[in-house]
Amino acid sequence: MSVLSADLRLNRGDFALDVSLSVAAGEVLALLGPNGAGKSSALRALAGLLPLTGGHVRVDGRDHTRTPVERRPIGMVFQDYLLFQHMSALDNVAFGPRCQGESKADARARAAELLDHMDLADHARSRPRGLSGGQAQRVALARALAVRPRLLLLDEPMAALDVSTRLHVRGRLRHLLEEFDGAAVLVTHDPLDAMVLADRIAVVEGGRVVQEGAPAEVARRPRTPYVARLVGLNLFRGTADGTVVALDGGTVVRVHRAHRGPALVAFPPRAVALYRSRPDGSPRNLWELEVDGVERFGDQVRVHLTGPLDLAADISPAALAELGLVRGDSVWAGVKAAEAECYPG
Amino acid sequence: MTRSPRRSGPALRARSGRPPWPLVLPALAGVAFLVLPLLGLVVRAPWADMGGRVTEPEVLAALWLSLSTATVATALCLVLGVPLAWLLARTEFPGRRLVRALVTVPLVIPPVVGGVALLLVLGRNGLLGRYLDAWFGITIPFTSAAVVLAQVFVAMPFLVISVEGALRGADRRYEEAAATLGAGRVTVFTRVTLPMVLPGIGAGAILCWARALGEFGATITFAGNFPGTTQTMPLAVYMAMQRDPEAAIVLSLVLLLVSLAVLATLRERWVNTA
Repeated sequence: MSVLSADLRLNRGDFALDVSLSVAAGEVLALLGPNGAGKSSALRALAGLLPLTGGHVRVDGRDHTRTPVERRPIGMVFQDYLLFQHMSALDNVAFGPRCQGESKADARARAAELLDHMDLADHARSRPRGLSGGQAQRVALARALAVRPRLLLLDEPMAALDVSTRLHVRGRLRHLLEEFDGAAVLVTHDPLDAMVLADRIAVVEGGRVVQEGAPAEVARRPRTPYVARLVGLNLFRGTADGTVVALDGGTVVRVHRAHRGPALVAFPPRAVALYRSRPDGSPRNLWELEVDGVERFGDQVRVHLTGPLDLAADISPAALAELGLVRGDSVWAGVKAAEAECYPG
Repeated sequence: MTRSPRRSGPALRARSGRPPWPLVLPALAGVAFLVLPLLGLVVRAPWADMGGRVTEPEVLAALWLSLSTATVATALCLVLGVPLAWLLARTEFPGRRLVRALVTVPLVIPPVVGGVALLLVLGRNGLLGRYLDAWFGITIPFTSAAVVLAQVFVAMPFLVISVEGALRGADRRYEEAAATLGAGRVTVFTRVTLPMVLPGIGAGAILCWARALGEFGATITFAGNFPGTTQTMPLAVYMAMQRDPEAAIVLSLVLLLVSLAVLATLRERWVNTA
C-alpha cells in the first residue's frame, strides 16, 4: 500500500495544477520539470504551505488535506536549506523534536545521534554559516528526519551546491534517502538528479504530469519534446504501420520493431551519420537536411539540422573539419533502423 | 570576494574624481550646524567647579529619574510595540492601514498636544481617568508614572516602525521551515522570527530610548515639573536656564555625555553585529 496518495488541484489565475501522486514506502519519487511547471507548488501543497482548491492528501491512509502544516507527518528540506542562523547545527536538528514536546535532553540526544550518523558529529556546535554546502544539506536532512516524518519532501536539494561538489553530495544523498522508510518526494529541474536520486520520475509540465516511470524508462522513451531534450534524444511523433512510421510532418522513419497506430520515435544524436553527398549502401533512413547551427557538446560537436524534420547529430570535431559544415549547408543525414526506438504514442 | 586587488593596485584604479562642490558645501554647512552648538556647550561649560555641580543632589535626582523613566518606557514600548508591529506586518485585518497611519500620529503632532490629549483621557476628570480614580483610587497625572506614559506616547512609533520594517524584510521561508518542523505560530514567533529581527528591535529600542530621554513637551503638560518625581533632565535644563545658565550648561553636558555613552555601548552591541 502506498504511504502517500495525493490528488493536488490548484487554481491561481492563469496557472492551474492538476497532479495525482502515489508513493510507496521506501520509494523516492522525483517531480522533474521546467521552471514554472508547478512542481514546487505541488510540493508546497503536500506540505500544507499552499492551500489546495481541490483534491486530497493522504498519508498512511489518513486524510491530511486540512491538517495545518505543523501537525502534518512531514519533513521538508528546502532549496537553500533554510537552517536557522542563530542556532547551532545541533539545535537546528533538535528544533523539531522540541516542538513535538520532547524534553531538551531527549531532543538533543536524538539530534546528536542523527548528526553522528551523517558524519557531522564534529560540526554539531557549528553555526550554519560555517558549514559547507554538502554539510548544510545533511544538517537540513537530519533536521527534517528528526521529526520522524512519514513523508519527506525535498525542494531542489542540489540547487544550492556548486558543480564541483555535486557528484559526491548527490551520491551521498542517494545513500541517505535509501535508508528512509517512508515516502519521499523530490523536486528538481535537473534530469541527472532525478535519475540518480529517484526510484520513479514524474515529469511535470504546465501543471500536469506528462510522463511517469522508472528513470531508465523515461530516459529511453521520452514522451514530450521537453523530456527528449532533457535526456538528449531526438523525438518524433507519428503513426506507425509495421516498421514504417509516418511522421506528422509527412516524412517517413523506418524502425526495427513493428507497431500500429500513434507512435513515438526516439534516437540519440550520436546515432546520426552525416554525409556531404548521397552515400551508397545507404542506411534505412536518409534525409537531405540543412545545417541550422553547430555547437560544442562535451568532446563531440552537436550539429543542429532543419528541413523536413528537425534533429540533432553528434559528430567528432575531426569529422566536422572533414565535412566543413557551416550554417546553411545542405547535408545528408542517415540513421539505422536498429537505432530508432519506436513505442506507442 | 578578495581585497587584494584593491590593496595591490590603488594606482590602477580609475579615478572617481573629487566630489562636486554643490554637494560638498551644503554637507559641510550641515555638519557645522549640528556640531557647533555642541561645541558651544563644551566651550562655555564652567569646568572649574564641574565636579561639585555634577554631584549636586538635584542633578543626580533628575538624571536618575530621566534614565529610569526612559528605560521603563522603552520596556513598555517593547512589550506593546513588538506585537503591534507583528500584527501590522504579518496579518490582514480590516482597517490595518488606518491603524498603521494612527500609530505614526505621535510622530507628527507637537508633544505638547500629546500631553494635553493624555490629560484629557487619563486626567482626573478624563475619559478613563475618572474611572481609574473612582474605582481604584489611581491618579496618574503629575506622577512618575505620567512621565513614563508621556514618553511611551511619543516614543513608541519609532519602535513600531523600526520593528515592522525588520519584520517585512525578514525571509518568511524560515518561518515556513519552522512550521514544517511542528512549530505553532507562537513558537515560530519566539524561536525563529524574534531572533531574526533582533537587530531591528535593538535599533528601534535605541531610537525609542533616545526619544524618551529627550521628551519635554508631553511630560511637562501631563506630568508637571516636580523635582524628584517628574522633573526629568530636559525639564531641569529648561528651569535652570531661567535662573542660572551655567547650571543649564552643566545639566545639558551631563545629559549629552550619558546618552552618548549609552548609545555608543548599545550600538556596539546591537547594530554593528547585525
